[in-house]
Amino acid sequence: MSAVVGRVVRYLLLLAFAAFFALPLLALLDFSTTDLRTGGRTGAAWASLVEDPTLTEAIRTSLLLAALTVVGMVVLLVPTMVWVRLRIPRATRLVEFLCLLPLTIPALVIVVGLGNVYAWVDYLVGDSPLTLAFVYVVLVLPYAYRAIDVALSAIDSTTLSEAARSLGAGWTTVIVRVVVPNIWPGVLGAAFISIALVLGEYTVASLLNFDTLPVVLVLLQKSDAPASMAAALASILFAALLLVGLSLLDRRRPTSGRN
Amino acid sequence: MTTTPADTTPGPTSSPASTSGVAVELADLRRSYGDVHALDGLDLRLEPGEMVVLLGPSGCGKTTALRILAGLERPDAGTVLVGDRDVTRVPPNKRDMGMVFQAYSLFPHLTVLDNVAFGLKLRRRSRAERRRRAGDMLDLVGLGQHHDRYAHQLSGGQQQRVALARALAIEPAVLLLDEPLSALDAKVRVQLRDEIRRVQLDVGTTTLFVTHDQEEALAVADRVGVMNAGRLEQIAPPAELYDAPATPFVGSFVGLSNRLPAQVVDGRARVLDATVDVLPGSATGAGVALVRPEAVRVTADPAGTATVASVAFLGSVSRASVTLADGTLVTAQLPSAVATALQVGRRVRVDVEPVPVLVVAD
Repeated sequence: MSAVVGRVVRYLLLLAFAAFFALPLLALLDFSTTDLRTGGRTGAAWASLVEDPTLTEAIRTSLLLAALTVVGMVVLLVPTMVWVRLRIPRATRLVEFLCLLPLTIPALVIVVGLGNVYAWVDYLVGDSPLTLAFVYVVLVLPYAYRAIDVALSAIDSTTLSEAARSLGAGWTTVIVRVVVPNIWPGVLGAAFISIALVLGEYTVASLLNFDTLPVVLVLLQKSDAPASMAAALASILFAALLLVGLSLLDRRRPTSGRN
Repeated sequence: MTTTPADTTPGPTSSPASTSGVAVELADLRRSYGDVHALDGLDLRLEPGEMVVLLGPSGCGKTTALRILAGLERPDAGTVLVGDRDVTRVPPNKRDMGMVFQAYSLFPHLTVLDNVAFGLKLRRRSRAERRRRAGDMLDLVGLGQHHDRYAHQLSGGQQQRVALARALAIEPAVLLLDEPLSALDAKVRVQLRDEIRRVQLDVGTTTLFVTHDQEEALAVADRVGVMNAGRLEQIAPPAELYDAPATPFVGSFVGLSNRLPAQVVDGRARVLDATVDVLPGSATGAGVALVRPEAVRVTADPAGTATVASVAFLGSVSRASVTLADGTLVTAQLPSAVATALQVGRRVRVDVEPVPVLVVAD
C-alpha cells in the first residue's frame, strides 16, 4: 500500500515540476504564435527568426561566440587542469581559486575593467562582436572548472597516466588519448554549460555595445514582442536539445561502474 | 617470544625456460622526501631472466626503488643500469619497461584487446600485428575469450591479468610488478601469483616484484630481497632467506620466530636444553636465539615442566603455544595428527631441533 502511495506521490511531484517548467514555455509558444491584431494564430514571429536580418545576424553571432568560447575553454582549461593534477597537484588550489574568481566579481565591475582592455582589442583585432569570446572564456571558467574537476576526480588519472607512460606514451599522448577520453562527459558538460551561458549573457555584451542574441531580444521586445518571445523560446529549445544530445553521447560510452 | 604476523613456508624455486631478459643494476640509490630517507644507498642487481621480489614493511623503500627503476621517480643520487645502458635520467616512456600497478590501471574507454594493443600502437605496429600479438598475450594469461570486454566488465583478478598481458605485449626489457595482487581476495591472489610466475618463466623477462606479503614473495621469487629503512638487509633464494636469516630484522620479519634465551660458546648455542650450531653473523655470549616454530618439538610428558597454553588447528599442521617453567611462551608447529594429543593445560616437554639458529644480542 505504502509503495503505491509513494509511487503516486512521485508522479504528482513529477507532474508539478513538469507544469512548473512547461507552463512558461507554453505561454511563450502561445504568445509567439498569437496574432496580436486578430487574436488568431500566426507563424510570422517564428518566420522572422530566419527572415529578420538583425535577428538572424544576432543568432549567428551568438552561435559563433558559443562555439569559440567552447573551443577556447577546452583548449585553455583541459590541458591545464590535467597537467596540474598530474604534475603539480600542489597548485590545484591556486588554479581553482583563479577559475572561481569571475564568480565573485560583479559583471558590471568586469565590464568597467574590460573597457580599457577592449580598447586595445578593438585596435589589435577589430571591433567584431566575436571578440567577446575572450571575456566569455573567462566568465565560463567557474562552471567549466567544476564540471571537468568532477570528471577528473572520478578517474585515477595518476595511475592511468603512469601506465600509459610505462607503455611508451609521451605527455601529449597521455592527455589526448588516455585522460581526455575518460573525462569526456565532464568536458561535454563544461561545453554545454558554456553554450548555455553564452546564449543567455546580456550584461557584458550590452555594456560593451555588441549585438548578441540576448541584446537584440531585449531591443526586439520593445518593437516586436512575439518575435522576441519566439527567439527566446527557440534558444531555450536549442539548449534543451543540446542537453539531450549530451546525455545520448554519454550513454553510448562504455564505462559505467565496476563489478 | 616475538612472532611475526604470518606463517610462511618457502616454495620451490624454478629456473626460467629461457633467459631473454637483461641484467638490471641499481647502484647506491638514494631518495629522500623531506627528512625521510626512502632509499639510503640501495644496491641491487637482477640477473637476466631472474625474478627478484623486494619484500619489506610499509615505508621501507621498496616501491620507491621500483618506481625509480620504472622512471616514474628520480633518485637524488645513484645510477640505474639496464643492460649496459644508464637510464637514470631517461623518461619512463623511453625505458622499455612493462609495469603492472597495485591499483587497477586498465584504460576504461578501451576494450581488453585495445588495452593490450595500446603500447604496440604507440610503437606503430601494423593493425594486424597488434591484434595478433595482443591476442597471443591474452591467451597467455587465459583471457582469450574476453577481447571485446571493457574493464568494468571484468573481475579484479581478470583486470590484473589484462594489465600483465598489456605490460608483456610490448616485449619489455624488464617487467615491474608493484604489489599487483594486494587488491585481490586470498584465493584469486594465490592463483594469480602462480600464473604470474608461470608467465614470467615462459617469457624469461627480468622481473622486479614488490610486495609486503612474505608468502607471496617466497612462493614466486628466484631471490627475495628484504628491505628495511631504505636499505637491503639480505637478498637470497627463498629457502636460504628462511633458513639462514642474515640479520635480526630478516629473522623476525620473514616467518614466525621464537625468541629464546641462548648462550653462545665456541660457535655453538645452548638453547633450552639443546646445543645447536649458530648462523654466521650471530652474537657471542648471552643473547636471544631466533628459533622457527617447526624447529620446536613438543612431547606429551607428565614429568615435563612446560604447559600447553593453546592449540590452533591450521589444517595439516597445528600450532601449539606452550608456557615454559619460567613463563616464556614458545610456539611450536607440529602435524595436526600429533597435536591432537595436546590438550590445553597438559604437561609437556619442549625440545629444540638441532638446526642452526641466528643468535642476536639481547
